[in-house]
Amino acid sequence: MSDLLINLFGWLPANLFLLVETLLKIALLLVPLLITVAWYTYAERKVIGYMQVRIGPNRVGPKGWLQPIADAVKLMFKELIVPARANRFLFLIAPVISLTCALAAWAVVPFSDFLVISDINAGLLYILAMTSLGVYGVIIAGWASNSKYALLGAMRCAAQIVAYEIAMGFALVVVLMAAGSLNLREIVAAQEGGIVNWFWLPLLPMFLVYMISGIAETNRAPFDVAEGESEIVAGFHVEYSGMAFSVFFLAEYANMILISALTVLMFLGGWLSPFPLAAGLPLIGGLFEPGVHWFIFKTVFFMFLFLWLRATFPRYRYDQIMRLGWKVFIPLTVVWIAVTGIAIMIGLPPWFD
Amino acid sequence: MFISFVFYTLAAVLVASAIMVISARNPVHCALFLVMAFFSSAGIWLLLEAEFLAIVLVLVYVGAVMVLFLFVVMMLDINLAPLREGFARYLPIGALVAAVVVIEIVLVIGASDIDLPAVGDIVYRDADYSNTKELGTLLYTVHLYAFELAAAILLVAIVAAIALTMRRRSGTKSQDPSRQVAVKREDRIRIVSMPSSSDPEHESSERRR
Amino acid sequence: METIRQYVKSLLLLEMLKGLRLTFVYMTKRKFTVQYPEQKTPKSPRFRGLHALRRYPNGEERCIACKLCEAVCPALAITIDSEKRADGSRRTTRYDIDLFKCIFCGFCEESCPVDSIVETRVHEYHFEKRGENIMTKDKLLALGDSLESEIAEDRLADSLYR
Repeated sequence: MSDLLINLFGWLPANLFLLVETLLKIALLLVPLLITVAWYTYAERKVIGYMQVRIGPNRVGPKGWLQPIADAVKLMFKELIVPARANRFLFLIAPVISLTCALAAWAVVPFSDFLVISDINAGLLYILAMTSLGVYGVIIAGWASNSKYALLGAMRCAAQIVAYEIAMGFALVVVLMAAGSLNLREIVAAQEGGIVNWFWLPLLPMFLVYMISGIAETNRAPFDVAEGESEIVAGFHVEYSGMAFSVFFLAEYANMILISALTVLMFLGGWLSPFPLAAGLPLIGGLFEPGVHWFIFKTVFFMFLFLWLRATFPRYRYDQIMRLGWKVFIPLTVVWIAVTGIAIMIGLPPWFD
Repeated sequence: MFISFVFYTLAAVLVASAIMVISARNPVHCALFLVMAFFSSAGIWLLLEAEFLAIVLVLVYVGAVMVLFLFVVMMLDINLAPLREGFARYLPIGALVAAVVVIEIVLVIGASDIDLPAVGDIVYRDADYSNTKELGTLLYTVHLYAFELAAAILLVAIVAAIALTMRRRSGTKSQDPSRQVAVKREDRIRIVSMPSSSDPEHESSERRR
Repeated sequence: METIRQYVKSLLLLEMLKGLRLTFVYMTKRKFTVQYPEQKTPKSPRFRGLHALRRYPNGEERCIACKLCEAVCPALAITIDSEKRADGSRRTTRYDIDLFKCIFCGFCEESCPVDSIVETRVHEYHFEKRGENIMTKDKLLALGDSLESEIAEDRLADSLYR
């Protein structure tokens, strides 16, 4: 890979070479990511359809496989309407902010021991900062639309994200304590071993808190009060059409994939194999080596979980969302910080020895 | 070369957005310019290799504090005209406060025991040097007392803020979600076992229909 | 004790897991979606689709311009003009149904003393121009002529219950 790069672009000056290399890495990450997002929407409609004893989209292409392309083409050719008396600049920049924050966080996500764009030492902090910025897209969209529903959606979203950000941050603090590092690669390295060595077991409450906060943070059902079709039409993006709307859509799904990937990295051992001893087996042993396939497999499971939850649970009532965030999750995380502290002090095997 | 270019760009953006914070007409725009100012200063801190502080600035101020700010500012229906009326009237006192602040800054920076030039250039460390770890070590050893004191003050502030704003009105019909959640089937329905109907008159009337 | 049980139950998300299991079971069940344009569900002989005007076997139109349908129509979708024909019988000169107004309640069909206005099984239709939503007498008669056998069959099947 890097040999090929040097052959192709080796004649460039060092700085420029670095630039080209980074851009190529970003493209290599983003293109598959956006394709995943496109087919994730298809998967969502299929999975929810199947759970509702329907079959979902099946008209465009065989079994509906080309549906995302049809959707994308449709959205691209739709008119982008800026509402009267809306703030034009902010209205148009809001979806861009959303997508930028959703994609920027991927810069530090390691896919395996060496597959990562930027292996920075404060990776976890960086991800927290980037995901917390995503709320600006929503708030600005809500305000700039000059619409009551959009503003209400933005308000709900802001309150919800601020509430769950704290629980999420605390859950990450616990992970940070357990792993002793802010670097995502080192966090995975700290979980070295089989399925029982991963952090999901000692940090089970944090695992659940992080997962649920992640769903709330991405405004997905059952926490989708910011969109709340039956209450406030479509919430913050009610005035958006065409490509601007689809950019919000992309951001939401990219965020879902990001949360899935982060859950896997922090609690389920990232690219580690659940049964490392099975690697010695003949024939299929290779599958049980740690590698990027495990990371993708686990992430896909959590992506499926997002859809599964959406098909299963009705929307939370707003006051109950706030209660869950402030009164249940935050105390729980604070207690578990203490519990983890004690576990680390006494060096509880096999995780903290 | 490149670093000073980035620095001057960020500094220019920072100063410009700081000016816009106080001169923009729309309060929401002001808040957004403040966000931009935070971002630029975070960038400058990154140039100084203080990545922990930079990210925390973005995380805490931009990601949480300014969201709440915007939250409030958006909901307020501010009439801008009366706000602008008193500008000339408040100018002298404003200028006075500004002058005092500037003098204080000059005094602090000019003080002999803070020798800014002696700090010298930034020492560029290699990638696995953890700024976060260094800060943590320093905070929990050298500055432990001040750190705990600050934490205690903040805790008191939280408790005070809640105590001041929380009031229980009697007679409200608000719901208690934890009780609602705890409800079991037995609390709400009672299954009564009744003999199946063998009343001949009832049965015949059923049949007639 | 009860509170502790409650806490454990809610913290372990037991009820959530039950719900998740249910949806998962449903995901694997057989699907019954009808592939609409290729497959169609059977229709009742009482199906209320597009309207038609019928004729007697000798080719004479049934409608006697009694205007009962016009009177009973709850959506005021029917407009009828009539005059005396040369042979002395009263016939319509105009019989318009505005399909934008029509709610397909079937009252016109019920009220008709000569089984002239009927609702057919046709429900797949569309308009491309303004004015096409008005079913004129010609269109209604033409539809009746083309579907006469089906209409007659449906009336016969339903006659037992009238």
